[in-house]
Amino acid sequence: MKTLKGLLLPVLLLVLWEISFRVSGIQSDSIAAPSQIAVAFWTALADGTIVRRTGETLRAAMTGLAIGGGSGLVLSIIIGLVPPIARLLQFSFEVLRPVPAVALIPVAILVLGFGYGMEIALVAFATFWPVLIYGHAAIVNIEPQLLDVSRVLRLNPFSRITKVVLPATMPRYFVAFRLAVAVALIVAITVEIAANPIGIGYELMQASQSLRPALMFAMVLWIGIVGWTLNAVLLFAQRRLFGPAAMSLAVRT
Amino acid sequence: MPTVSHADSAPLISFRDVNHDFGNRPILRNINLTVRKSEFVCLVGPSGCGKTTLLRMIGGLLAPTSGEVAFNGHRLNGPAKEISFMFQDYSKALLPWRTAAGNVSLALEANGVPARKRGPRIAELLKKVGLANHAEHFPAQLSGGMQQRVQIARCLAQDPSVLLMDEPFGALDAMTRQSLQDEILRLIAASGTTVLFVTHDLEEAIYLGNRVVALYPNPGRIAQIFDVDLPAKRDQLTTREQPNFLRLRRELYDFVREGEA
Repeated sequence: MKTLKGLLLPVLLLVLWEISFRVSGIQSDSIAAPSQIAVAFWTALADGTIVRRTGETLRAAMTGLAIGGGSGLVLSIIIGLVPPIARLLQFSFEVLRPVPAVALIPVAILVLGFGYGMEIALVAFATFWPVLIYGHAAIVNIEPQLLDVSRVLRLNPFSRITKVVLPATMPRYFVAFRLAVAVALIVAITVEIAANPIGIGYELMQASQSLRPALMFAMVLWIGIVGWTLNAVLLFAQRRLFGPAAMSLAVRT
Repeated sequence: MPTVSHADSAPLISFRDVNHDFGNRPILRNINLTVRKSEFVCLVGPSGCGKTTLLRMIGGLLAPTSGEVAFNGHRLNGPAKEISFMFQDYSKALLPWRTAAGNVSLALEANGVPARKRGPRIAELLKKVGLANHAEHFPAQLSGGMQQRVQIARCLAQDPSVLLMDEPFGALDAMTRQSLQDEILRLIAASGTTVLFVTHDLEEAIYLGNRVVALYPNPGRIAQIFDVDLPAKRDQLTTREQPNFLRLRRELYDFVREGEA
């Protein structure tokens, strides 16, 4: 019932949008009627454009995420458990972290050229930070009493990490991962729009530059669907993996 | 719980001229205390008197700034297998992602008990603390009293000769607290475990202890040690009505009021 009420406004707007187009008979190079967008969407889906372009974007985004997020994960555990290393790296982190990944697009083009390599590198740079920062915070903020428990029970260092530290921080790492997935998609599409001739972002830019508003809006819609689906899948996984208790913890972070 | 026999046995835990500072702030000063085997010693005092710090030293979680804490005649450096520690805040002392059984298992895993032997031992321990039907429940699904029972079971899994308890029943309601007091007395009477028990509840201290150590705050010092002369068999009603109980309660209350003045 709630979702039905929520749908009322968007559906009404779409109908109004369609009617105003039909009544006025506008021919436009910048906007399109919902029906035209739907046709363009269907065509792009049927001829395989959407699948191919989405594959390109996801390939770059996920590879970059694996590299960036993976190194962020490993490094956060190291600096979380060995504070001297954290102090050693802190300055470098503070200098590098505020650099927006997008600002590095020209650098990446110059160094790596167009193609997957530069997009992956930029996504890796952008996703490294959230995982590193959130992960480090998670490890530093483990309930001290849990560490006391592991000490009085005399768990060895390996068990302490696998049985206490990692399970205690997993929900927060997962939140960092969810954030990193969103960042990966944003950076990949931005890179494609700005420069790289692959992926959904490129298709979107092409549609805009060749004055095909219906296809352009169809791609925007599709990007929204991809982002929403990824987040929904991850939320579902988070609930299944960590249960209701972890969800409340995740919300607080 | 006969009080006389303790004098004969050798000291199990001893503090010799122990001082402890936190930064420049003195926490404990000139602590000299001996605890004998099978004794039940309660530590009471206002907040800031260092009673928890004292307990953490025996638990091996803290080292004294000067002086020595010895267990069985040997200087303690770090947690010992025979000493188990029960924390006040049950919600933070149990691993929330493990069931009651899993939490008890942690102590067995730490002691290298092989996996196939853990199951029966866990079942036996949970039964002992009255949680036989809650083995597969997670801490969040258990009441505060039940969570503390899981902690007791985990402590017992270590087969400790010393049980350190840091205000274990402080956060529980009165009825649950009383039933857990009797439960702890029953469990340790069977095994002859030595207990050091921190509490801010003076009646609880008298009810449970053979001796009550009262501390002064800022810095924490031992002010006075009270011997509890009560029949070994404690009863929530009759023990608390004994003239000796009332007299001790009066003395302790007067003492605390004096300390606060």
